[in-house]
Amino acid sequence: MAYEGIVQELIDELGRLPGIGPKSAQRIAFHILQTESFDTTRLAQILMEVRDKVHFCAICGNVAEQETCSICRDPRRAQNVICVVEEAKDVAAIERTREFRGLYHVLGGALSPIDGIGPNDLRFAQLMKRLADGSVDEVIIATDPNLEGEATATYLSRLLVQPGLTVTRLASGLPVGGDLEYADEVTLGRAFEGRRVVEA
Amino acid sequence: MIVAHLGLTDFRNYAAADLELAGGPNVFVGRNGQGKTNLVEALGYLSTLGSHRVSTDQALIRTGSDAAIVRARLEHGGRDVLIELQINRSGANRAQVNRVATKPRELPRYITTVLFAPEDLVLVRGEPSARRRFLDELLVQTAPRFAGVIADYERVLKQRNSLLKSARGVRNPELSTLELWDERLVELGAEIIDARADLTQRLAPEVAAAYTRIAGDEHRAELGNALSILSDAVDEEVSDPASARLERPAIAEAFRAALVRLRRAELERGLTLAGPHRDDLVLMLNGLPARGYASHGESWSFALALRLASAAVLRLDSPLGDPIIILDDVFAELDETRRGQLAAAVGEYEQVLVTAAVVSDVPPEFAGRMVRIEAGAVLE
Ligand SMILES: Nc1ncnc2c1ncn2[C@@H]1O[C@H](COP(=O)(O)OP(=O)(O)O)[C@@H](O)[C@H]1O
Ligand SMILES: [Mg+2]
Ligand SMILES: [Zn+2]
Repeated sequence: MAYEGIVQELIDELGRLPGIGPKSAQRIAFHILQTESFDTTRLAQILMEVRDKVHFCAICGNVAEQETCSICRDPRRAQNVICVVEEAKDVAAIERTREFRGLYHVLGGALSPIDGIGPNDLRFAQLMKRLADGSVDEVIIATDPNLEGEATATYLSRLLVQPGLTVTRLASGLPVGGDLEYADEVTLGRAFEGRRVVEA
Repeated sequence: MIVAHLGLTDFRNYAAADLELAGGPNVFVGRNGQGKTNLVEALGYLSTLGSHRVSTDQALIRTGSDAAIVRARLEHGGRDVLIELQINRSGANRAQVNRVATKPRELPRYITTVLFAPEDLVLVRGEPSARRRFLDELLVQTAPRFAGVIADYERVLKQRNSLLKSARGVRNPELSTLELWDERLVELGAEIIDARADLTQRLAPEVAAAYTRIAGDEHRAELGNALSILSDAVDEEVSDPASARLERPAIAEAFRAALVRLRRAELERGLTLAGPHRDDLVLMLNGLPARGYASHGESWSFALALRLASAAVLRLDSPLGDPIIILDDVFAELDETRRGQLAAAVGEYEQVLVTAAVVSDVPPEFAGRMVRIEAGAVLE
């Protein structure tokens, strides 16, 4: 079913967002149109500013409002442990557990030929650079517990074979086939505590 | 087990239907196109999370509705279980067991059906894909965790095929991750090949027995697994059954060797050429492949034997009692003797659901509860 001109354009644009199907797009569009208290100016403003204001941390790839993120700038964080995740939203999920006090590295996704994502499309090289000076002695691989996340973890563990570096993987117990960001805090926290050394 | 009550909302041509069912035979009669198959398809869907007629859910939802609901109360021994599934036009399906939300993939643990349908002739005469589907569906019914293994295998296959395709015609293709996908393909694929061989071994004597029961003692029905990992053929489907049963490590080893052997061809075609997705369940009748040699009547006997054997295997396996037997419009396809033999063979099961266009097609053994179906309505 198609609406006239601009209404349909709005529905189409909303429908392009991840996780929003045609039905939800329609519902959101009509909510915006019909709810008087809904502040369209504010949403438009934020959308315009967010790309300018928010950057990705030059060190770890997390979202940041400056050149580097608040975690990389925090001297109280353990500098010798790096937790590798797929997306910036996984950093937020792990931070909520309060189990982890080290640094992060955001890969920007997982290996997935279907989506055209190969090793050169992920931030592997940047990670290797961070490890070059030997100050890091543990890398925790916290990619999603699904096929692509596991493949990425295996690839990474083989890349990371170097003297003095321990590579660990979160303990199983995370819902298989799922997304890290949807795991509840307790489960995720436990997975951290029970992490295991991986044999490459 | 028996299904004691079936409720449908906006499923196929049913706006709303409620139906009490009894143990033993239940016969649904109605002219063609009234909704008999739709009714039993709903139960089949709960048990396999798929339809025997369509590959997507959309067609199951009544035209003009957003969601269909299938509700069944089952009795296992003395215990009652209420399972419900909401099939949504957009968004994920939702399930409940005894009113508690659960994952749809949990439902098949509570209901097991064996459905005989006119389409079953493709099991014998159709492409290998029909027989792979038959075997895999039964595998999942006997060991539900294989739903995950098969889904993972298919996902790895898709990833690997994408990678192979992306390397096609490229001078220095990025293939450093191929090894990773190969390892997963072999690991999951070997597990599936092994499980299928195991299941085939359990089915074989049941198929032989069911075939002679239907068609007479002088016939010999046998099963074999044709394995693409043991073949050099690149373009044709495999059709020769493996001569010996391989242990899991040997399967994995043969699989790895096949990938090495086929590497060039795979890169040229951008396709994975060996693995359980290219295998076949070979049906042999009196020493000859049934596909291509068996007559129409013999093919029907073999198809019935496969379903009867499935029921027998599930019966031995299930902690919940007999599978529910569903005979959808099959009597019209069979001659008098086969009708009688089939009726006798399924008569021993706890519950049998039979559909037919005319009452005279139904063998007298099934005289029992009869329900009329008309234009998406159940008339008692
Ligand atoms: N999604 C649907 N919505 C409405 N009607 C449907 C839907 N799917 C199938 N039908 C109708 O159901 C009827 C077929 O029912 P079926 O159970 O196959 O008949 P039979 O009694 O011959 O087994 C057809 O009239 C078809 O149009
Ligand atoms: Mg029918
Ligand atoms: Zn950072």
